[in-house]
Amino acid sequence: MFKHLIYYLLITSVGAWSTSVHAVLTIEITQGTDVGIPVAIVPFSVEGQVKPVHDVAAIVAADLARSGRFSLIPKQDFLSTPHRNSEVIFKDWRIAKAEALVIGTVRQRSANQFEVTFRLYDVFREHQLAGIRYSVSSDKLRAVAHQIGDVIHEKLTGERGAFNTRIAYVTKEDGPTGITYKLQVADSDGYNAATILKSRESILSPAWSPDGTKIAYVAFEQRQSKVFIQGVTDESRELIAGFPGINGAPAWSPEGRRLALTLSKDGNPEIYVLDLDTKRLQRLTKNRVIDTEPAWSPDGRDIIFTSDRAGKPQIYRMKVGGRRIERVTFEGDSNARASYSADGEMITLVTSFQGKYHIGVLRLKDKVLQVLSDTSLDESPSFAPNGRMILYATAVRGRGVLASVSSDGRVRQLYKLEEGDVREPAWSPYNRELALKE
Amino acid sequence: MKNLYYIVLALVFAVGVAACGGGASVKDAPVDEQSTSSAETGTADSGSATGESISEESTQMVAMAGERPTVMRVHFEFDSSAIDSESQALIEAHAAYLADNPDVLLGLEGHADERGTREYNLALGERRGQAVRRILRLLGIDGQRLTATSYGEENPIATEHNESAWRLNRRVEFMY
Repeated sequence: MFKHLIYYLLITSVGAWSTSVHAVLTIEITQGTDVGIPVAIVPFSVEGQVKPVHDVAAIVAADLARSGRFSLIPKQDFLSTPHRNSEVIFKDWRIAKAEALVIGTVRQRSANQFEVTFRLYDVFREHQLAGIRYSVSSDKLRAVAHQIGDVIHEKLTGERGAFNTRIAYVTKEDGPTGITYKLQVADSDGYNAATILKSRESILSPAWSPDGTKIAYVAFEQRQSKVFIQGVTDESRELIAGFPGINGAPAWSPEGRRLALTLSKDGNPEIYVLDLDTKRLQRLTKNRVIDTEPAWSPDGRDIIFTSDRAGKPQIYRMKVGGRRIERVTFEGDSNARASYSADGEMITLVTSFQGKYHIGVLRLKDKVLQVLSDTSLDESPSFAPNGRMILYATAVRGRGVLASVSSDGRVRQLYKLEEGDVREPAWSPYNRELALKE
Repeated sequence: MKNLYYIVLALVFAVGVAACGGGASVKDAPVDEQSTSSAETGTADSGSATGESISEESTQMVAMAGERPTVMRVHFEFDSSAIDSESQALIEAHAAYLADNPDVLLGLEGHADERGTREYNLALGERRGQAVRRILRLLGIDGQRLTATSYGEENPIATEHNESAWRLNRRVEFMY
């Protein structure tokens, strides 16, 4: 009996898939664009005996509003409430000053199956820009809404949205029994937060596998940093590196079969590449300085990393075999923790000026560095998969929060927990597309 | 071999006493072999700046030949693993204890302040632990007995976000 209890406790503390009410991230826009595209989103009609648990149109509206690139027409300005193509009167929407109109229906097909249809119109051209029907179970309704948001974002701005994605992050709570660290994943809007690892010791550097099914991370165990890979929705967990010294900074190769990481087993921190199939380790750097924080270029040819070989930490680039090392950053007192945008043209990094640490974006072709944050302890930046937003960790009045900023610096958001600190964010690749009918 | 230690100890002690300056602390430092608590009281009474009190404590540690030093950490400058003379004296006191107790193992746990990235700080903490380990080895302690690990910036002892907290957090802990 007692043995079983202990076993149960072990299982729940490592890899438990649990949803916590307290750990919901709330997101607020702290800076938007001056003029967002005016969009009217009409609440979707609902047909069937069971009301869906999620309001699809409201989730789409929240996504668009949160992006800072749209201004939503208030419902009291609506002169009509169309749900079908035949019900749309474009004049009503020109009067309401909408440039784009979104309508839709949610229809119950069977006990747990819903059909969601939406249409997006250009109000001035009186022309349909998109019309898609999805057939999904009720637990996928939020995902459908985010996918609709991505389509609208793309049709109206020319760039795909990053709503149908997830974020991983680490929370730290100081409770009566001590500090608890949790590695959590949530939808990009903070919903569906789930704890995938709970620990008394710190967790850092979560990194999503390219297919979004696994997360590599660093956790301390027996007073030592170790690298693990864990399934996001199952409880599988594998120790990847537990060598003497430090084990850290995991980074997936673009095809997902290799992991770059930092090990000091041979004397001091060096960058290695581990083949996840054969478990063969290849050492890429060899010197007496700190080399760490590797990140792969999207084409899989280059690795950028942090090194203090010139005295202070700076970003360097090398071929994946370890050849042709060149320095990338020259501005600022130091630069660290760089990672690529999906198109490979930019890197985001932590740049330091006069003892303050900010998030920056460096355009690789001409090495122009743009500093995007003005707070002083910013760290762990990662690009959204569309390359338009950067998620990072910062502090507000001494508490750890997450923030995001568009890569042009014009849109800003803050992600806060009700209690405790949140840090070490990582933006996931796109979720798998749900089946759809055009 | 052991004689060399006592010579080193004597030298360190002489430097330490000279550094103390104040007659009062010199008075109770060398004679007090009884308990660590009175040594701590002596430190508190002296009311000197942090740096000085560390050297004074280490002097007292040295005076108690054969006993484990009570000061269990050394501190560092920002983004540095350089050992200053005060830390050097404390490390020598630990070396003396380790030399007298050949079965004792020592973990050296490096830490960094919150500035800079977490993974870089993990590496920096290890570099600090290695720096202490190197001195202990130069003082004749077998490397097999010494393990340097790092917590990076993950376990601060002061949680404020200012220079005095950062100074406390940049450290190597001696873990017997």
